[in-house]
Amino acid sequence: MVKVLGNKATRFGFGEGLVELGKKDNKIFVLGADTVSSVAINEFQNNFPDRFANVGIAETNLLGMAAGLAVAGFTPFVSTYGVFASGRPWEQIRTTICYSNLNVKIGGSHSGLMVGPDGATHQALEEIAIMRCLPNMTVLVPCDVVETKKATMSAAYYDGPVYIRYGRESIPVITEESTPFEIGKAVKMRDGKDVCIAACGSMVYEALVAAEILEKEGIKARVLNIHTIKPIDEQAIISAAKDCGAIVTAEEHQIYGGFGSAVSEVVVKSCPVPMEFVAVNDTFGESGSPADLMVKYGLKDINIVNAVKKVLKRK
Amino acid sequence: MDFTDLKNISASVRKEILSMLYKAGSGHPGGSLSAVELLVDLYNNHMNFNKDNWQDKNRDYFVLSKGHVCPVLYAVLSQIGCFPKEELDTLRKIGSRLQGHPAKDKKLPGIEISTGSLGYGLSIGVGIAKGMKTLNQNNRVYVLMGDGEQQEGSIWEAVMAAPHFKLDNLCAIIDCNGLQIDGKVEDVLNINPIADKYKAFGWNVIEIDGHNLKEIDAAYAQAKTVKGVPTVIVAKTVKGKGVSFMENVYGWHGKAPNKEQLEKALKEIDESLK
Repeated sequence: MVKVLGNKATRFGFGEGLVELGKKDNKIFVLGADTVSSVAINEFQNNFPDRFANVGIAETNLLGMAAGLAVAGFTPFVSTYGVFASGRPWEQIRTTICYSNLNVKIGGSHSGLMVGPDGATHQALEEIAIMRCLPNMTVLVPCDVVETKKATMSAAYYDGPVYIRYGRESIPVITEESTPFEIGKAVKMRDGKDVCIAACGSMVYEALVAAEILEKEGIKARVLNIHTIKPIDEQAIISAAKDCGAIVTAEEHQIYGGFGSAVSEVVVKSCPVPMEFVAVNDTFGESGSPADLMVKYGLKDINIVNAVKKVLKRK
Repeated sequence: MDFTDLKNISASVRKEILSMLYKAGSGHPGGSLSAVELLVDLYNNHMNFNKDNWQDKNRDYFVLSKGHVCPVLYAVLSQIGCFPKEELDTLRKIGSRLQGHPAKDKKLPGIEISTGSLGYGLSIGVGIAKGMKTLNQNNRVYVLMGDGEQQEGSIWEAVMAAPHFKLDNLCAIIDCNGLQIDGKVEDVLNINPIADKYKAFGWNVIEIDGHNLKEIDAAYAQAKTVKGVPTVIVAKTVKGKGVSFMENVYGWHGKAPNKEQLEKALKEIDESLK
């Protein structure tokens, strides 16, 4: 059985991380855009009202103001739903923030299909692709609430712009305070030499469950939690390719340009091995319960198991 | 600095703009020439800005929202001594600190942030001004925008935010030269009555002739006395000001003069001082 320590939404890790940062660092400034409670930055607002601003439903100004606050010497964190934190103000992020290499940290909440009943408009499935292509940008996709808190606190002292992707729905807690976290360094959650399952975000848990299913069938899978999509841990991926000879990636994101693409860029360059991709297959989501959506769009443990069996035939 | 000196400096800044654009072979003379007096007076008479320690924490901030007119900013920064005049000759050339649009990463003294995609500067200014208020510092923040730029929706998010946050340390300037790439602003997409729009959003609005140094000087001074709301200076200007064949011709928005045109323009500017 996969060791599950609880069930909690990753957005609360972001919110808790900000409060801890706010206590010890008066340069931390948080900006919201009318979604303050739902993205869990209301505790920061309550504790540090002087270092908080709600800019209303105005995401281009959200990122523009954050840029100005960074110029003024603050470390601004902004947060709203991922679609509106990454897509709407993309050019401000590119030209104003990344080109100037400003210390702006962007919290993209409500990522993935698990936003559920709100449907496709609010299901952010493209942020990894559109953020990782930007020079100077760092992209983090933590796997649970504990890791999201660590990612948030690390981002504050990591130079330059950082995008942190997390979600609204409760998901299993699979890491502990003592689990190592370092930006740019993948975490080996389970070892094996037959195949490597590289996953990020909510799919790390699914990967661990898949590895257990596979073990019963005699297949030993390595599971990598690659929480940093950029800069990606090339060494961990190359080692996995060499040791396992086949890789399956898993992400709650579009198949093109995202996490799987990032892993494959390393693999084809340094150690080509067969790969399969578990992701949303170039389509929009729809309304439904998070659980139903993950099944319908092929983002469950069983989909990873099937992908492993497929890739092993080509090994 | 008195108005005679400022007038002379304005003339030499105009000449530097034209010379650097000629040497670059491309760039934006029209909107650079329309903003000369606005920047010359600002940097010489109003901004707290130390050329020898330009990142001093007590400095006033300037954001060039209409980044394509950076030749006027580069010329003024060089005039106040931020870097040698010879460096103006590197404009738009490979390896230069003087990029075609202002670039923070090139570390040219006086460039606070990269700009050039229109409609972004006012939000940046709102953020800096909010930061200064949070720090209880008195630094002022200046943002120069174009009139065509007012067509960008993102400007209006910032126009709404600045009075909401009571940013009386923020002074926006609109260089209303009336022209944009495709023609007259009023024909492409009318922005007027621009002063009334800012008033309706809660700004202190000052309307001036953007080439009249006395009016400009008085406007910056008045803006400093206003409490509780941001100020916008709506400056009526002439695109291509100071060069007869460029004035009010939208074709000179983004085209460098050739040698003959440069010589004619420089001569006109010299004669204007006599």
